[in-house]
Amino acid sequence: VPEHTVEIVSDSGEGAQKCGQAFGMVSAKMGNGVWTVEIIPAEIQPPPREPAGASGNRIRIGTKPVTNWGDAAHLVVAFNEQVLVARHRLEALHEDAIILVENMWKTHDDEDIRRQWVEVMDELSHASYRIIEVPMEEQCLTITDNPRRGKNMFVLGLLSCIYGRDVELIREMIRTQFRKKAPDVALRNIELMDLGYHWAEEHLDFRVDVSIEKPDTAMIVMNGNQALAMGAIASGMELCAMYPITPATSVSHYLGEIFEEFGGIVHQAEDEIAAAGVAIGSSYAGKVAFTVTSGPGLALKTEFIGLATMVEVPLVVLNVQRGGPSTGLPTKVEQSDLLACIYGQPGDAPKVVMAAATIEECFHMVITARRIAEALRCVVMVLTDANLATGVQPFARPALDPRWQAAPIDLSPVPEGAQPYGWDPELGLSRRFIPGQPGGLHTLTGLSHDENSKVAYDPESHERGCAMRSRKLAVFQETLKRPEIYGEDTGDLLIVGWGSTRGAIEEAVDRARAEGQKVSSLHLRFLSPLEPGLREIFAGFRKVATIEINYSDRLGDPHISAENRRYGQLAWLLRAQTLVDVDCWTRVPGEPLRPMSILEGIRSMMPGGRS
Amino acid sequence: METSCSLLGCGTDDDDRSWGMEDYAGVLPRWCPGCGDHGILTSVERLLEAEQLAPERTVFVSGIGCSSRFPHYLKTYGFHGIHGRALPIATGVKLRRPDLDVFVVMGDGDCTSIGAGHWIHAVRYNMNMVALLLDNGIYGLTKNQTSPTTPQGHTSNTQPRGSYLIPLNPIAATLGVSNASFVAQTADWIPAHVYATLQAAYRHRGFSFVRILQRCPAYTADLFEEAVRNPKMIEMLVHPDGVDVPELDKIFTQKRVHDPKDLDTGRHLAEPADKIRLGVFFRDESHPRYEELRHQRVHTAQEKIARMNQEFDKYAV
Repeated sequence: VPEHTVEIVSDSGEGAQKCGQAFGMVSAKMGNGVWTVEIIPAEIQPPPREPAGASGNRIRIGTKPVTNWGDAAHLVVAFNEQVLVARHRLEALHEDAIILVENMWKTHDDEDIRRQWVEVMDELSHASYRIIEVPMEEQCLTITDNPRRGKNMFVLGLLSCIYGRDVELIREMIRTQFRKKAPDVALRNIELMDLGYHWAEEHLDFRVDVSIEKPDTAMIVMNGNQALAMGAIASGMELCAMYPITPATSVSHYLGEIFEEFGGIVHQAEDEIAAAGVAIGSSYAGKVAFTVTSGPGLALKTEFIGLATMVEVPLVVLNVQRGGPSTGLPTKVEQSDLLACIYGQPGDAPKVVMAAATIEECFHMVITARRIAEALRCVVMVLTDANLATGVQPFARPALDPRWQAAPIDLSPVPEGAQPYGWDPELGLSRRFIPGQPGGLHTLTGLSHDENSKVAYDPESHERGCAMRSRKLAVFQETLKRPEIYGEDTGDLLIVGWGSTRGAIEEAVDRARAEGQKVSSLHLRFLSPLEPGLREIFAGFRKVATIEINYSDRLGDPHISAENRRYGQLAWLLRAQTLVDVDCWTRVPGEPLRPMSILEGIRSMMPGGRS
Repeated sequence: METSCSLLGCGTDDDDRSWGMEDYAGVLPRWCPGCGDHGILTSVERLLEAEQLAPERTVFVSGIGCSSRFPHYLKTYGFHGIHGRALPIATGVKLRRPDLDVFVVMGDGDCTSIGAGHWIHAVRYNMNMVALLLDNGIYGLTKNQTSPTTPQGHTSNTQPRGSYLIPLNPIAATLGVSNASFVAQTADWIPAHVYATLQAAYRHRGFSFVRILQRCPAYTADLFEEAVRNPKMIEMLVHPDGVDVPELDKIFTQKRVHDPKDLDTGRHLAEPADKIRLGVFFRDESHPRYEELRHQRVHTAQEKIARMNQEFDKYAV
C-alpha cells in the first residue's frame, strides 16, 4: 500500500506514546514518509481504563512524504477496550480497521471489568472492524513480573513484524534509550520486543507493506519542539528564559540536555513574566535571547512584550499554541492565539508574527526570527502548536551556515552624534547601542521618548515614535515574497490557511479537485505584516475562505447573523486588510483537522453550495 | 569576572580615564523639592566617583514610580522598565554580561507589592548586584495610595479611614529567603550612613539588598518624624564587617555591635522594636552567585556547527 495509518492507545503510563514514537522514528529512519500525532490526556496518571484517559500515538506512514495525520487509522493496537472505544467514538478508526486488543480483561477476576468488555465489544460489533485478541499480559509475564511496564515493547515487536521494520535498528534505539539504566533493562526490553515480533509471526495472518523510496538527499527526523530548540542553537541565541507550560516546555527539556555544550543556558524563571524580562535584559545587554511559552504564559508576558516593542530591544517569542481561552486544552492543538499575538498589547505595538506549517519550518523560522528581531529592533513571534510540538516528521537535513548565528557582541565606541534611536525617517530603522559601548550612554524607557531616549510627552514626539515603530514593518513587508498558490491561479474557491494545517488542507484540496471542484489553496507564513499581493491573488477567485483551528460563529446557528458573526482569526485579518468578503470554516476539536472533514468544509463553502 | 571582561575586550588595566561626580550626572531631576530621592542620588554619584566606575560599564535598572526615574538622572547606561519588573531585566543583563556593574532601583510598591515574587527569587539567585529599595511607605507617582509598607492607620486615597493591615517588613522578609547574602537598612536623612551602606553593598560580592527609609514630602512627610528629630530613636548596628561611621557617633549614641554573620540575631533585630535599626543585618559572601554557576565558555560559530552536526547524526534517516 502507498500509505497506512496506525494508532497505539493505552492508559497513561503504559508507554503507548513511547512505542508510537519509536515506531514513527524507525519508519522515518528507514525512509518512509511519516507524520505522528500524540494522543495525550492532560493528567500524568488519570484513573485506569477510562475512555477520557486514552493516551497514545497515531503514526501515518507512506512511501512518499506524509504531510498530515490523515483521516482514520487502518490498524489500532489497544491495551484495553475502554481506550479503544474512546477512539471509536471519536471516529478515529477506519471502517475496515484491524484492531489488536489486549484480551486479559475478557477473563478478568473483576465482574465489572468483564461486563465492560462485553459492552464495548457489543458497541464495536456494529462496525465492520476486524478484531483480533492478543494475550499481551500473558505473553509478557513469561519475561517480566511487571507487564504494565513492558507491554509497549511487546507491541513495538508486533508492529515491527506487521510492517517489516528493521529490527536491528529498533534494538539499537532501545539500547540508546535505556543507556543510563542498568544494562539488563535494555536487554529485557529487547527480549519483550522480540517476543512480540515472534508472536505476530506465528499468530497474525496479515502483513502491511508500505514500500520505501529512499530519499536522495540527507534527511533527519525529529519533533517540532526539538526542531525549535535546534533552530535556536543554529541562530546563535544562547539564552532560553522560560517557565514550565504545556506543550511548550519540552523545548527547554531538550535544550537543558545539550545547550551548555554550545555555551547556552536555559534559565527557568520564577514566572512567565520574569522569563520575558530576563530575555529582554539579555537582549538589551547585546545577547539576543528568546522565551518559549503557550497561551496562558503568553498572556502574562503581554506587558513585557509591549516594553520590548517600545524600547526597540530585539526579542524572540516562541508560542506553542494549545486550546484556549484560559487553561483550555493544555495538551491539545488549536490556532486561537493569532490575534492575541498581533494585537495583544495595550497601546499600539507593531511586531512581526510568523507561523510554522511543518517541523522543518519550526527549525528555520527561529533562525529567521532572530535575524529579523535584530535587524528591525523588534519583537518577533513564532507560532507553532501542540501538533507540531510532539509530532515527528522527517525533513531535509539543514546545511548549517555560520551566518545564521548572531555576531559576537560589538563594544566599539559609538560614533559621535549617534542617537540611541537615530531613526531613518524613511525606514524607521535605527542602530542600537549596548552597555559597554563608550559614547552611547542613554537610558531606555517605556515612556514615550525622542531620538535621544529622553522622555517626551509632546504630540510630535509621540506621533513620530509610533510612526517609526510601525514604518519598519511596512519596509519589512516590501521585502517579502508573494505567496505561492497551491493549484490554479483562478477558480471558484481559494482556501487560505496558516500553521500546521497545511498538509491536511492541501490533501483535501487535491481530493476536491479530483471531484472536479475548482479549488486552490494558499498558506501564509507571515501574519504580521501580511505577505504581499493578497488582494490581487484573491481577485482570481469567486470566493475566498480560511480554514483554521479556532472558533468562529456559523451562520444558521441561533442569533448568528452577518452583522454579529465572529469570524476565524485569519479571516478577520484578511477581511480588514483586503476588504474582500472572506468567509471561514473553522473547528475546535482539540485534534488536528482531518483531510476528510476539511473536504466537507470545502464542499459546503463552494459558491452556490450549502453555506 | 575578570576573564569575561578581558574576553569582551574591555579590561580596565589600560584605562587611564577618571571621572568626577559631575561626570555621572544626567538630566536635572524632576522629583519634588524635599524628596529623599535627591539625597540618595547624590550618595550614588559619590559612590560611582569613589569606585571610579566606567559609566559605559555601569547599568541602572528601575521599575516604575517616582524613584524609578533614577536612571534618567545619571549618566550611565540605564533601563527604566515596567512596574515591579526591574529585577528580571537586571537578572538578564547580569546573566549574559557579568562584566557589567548592575544597580537596581525600586520603590516600595515596585519591590514589595507588584514585584514581590521577583524580589524573593532575586535574593535566591544571589547575583552580584546592588538592589536599592527606596521606601517612603506610599505610592507617590500615582498620587497617594497605600503601599505594603504604609504604617497601619495611615490615611491615603485608597484607604481614607487608615490602612487596615500592619505593614510588611522588607528586612525581615528578605532575611527569611534562602541564600540571602547582604541585607542592610539606612535612612535618607543620614547621608553619611546612606553612603557608607551603599559602599558596603557595592563591595559585597552577591545580591546586596538595601532598604532606604525615606519620606515623601507630599504624602508621608510625617513618617519617621520622631526619629528625625530625636537621634536616640535610632539604634546603629555597627561592625567592622558591616557599616560603622565613627563621625556619626556623637549624634547617634545608641549603638549595638552586631556581627553580620549572625543570621539569628539579625532576624531578631529586624523585628519591630521601639527603635529604628540601621546598619547591616546580615552579610555572607559564601553563597554562590548565580551568574557564576551558570557561566559558559564562549563557543565559536564553527564549534557550534560541528557539535550541531553530531546532534543531527542522532536524528539521521
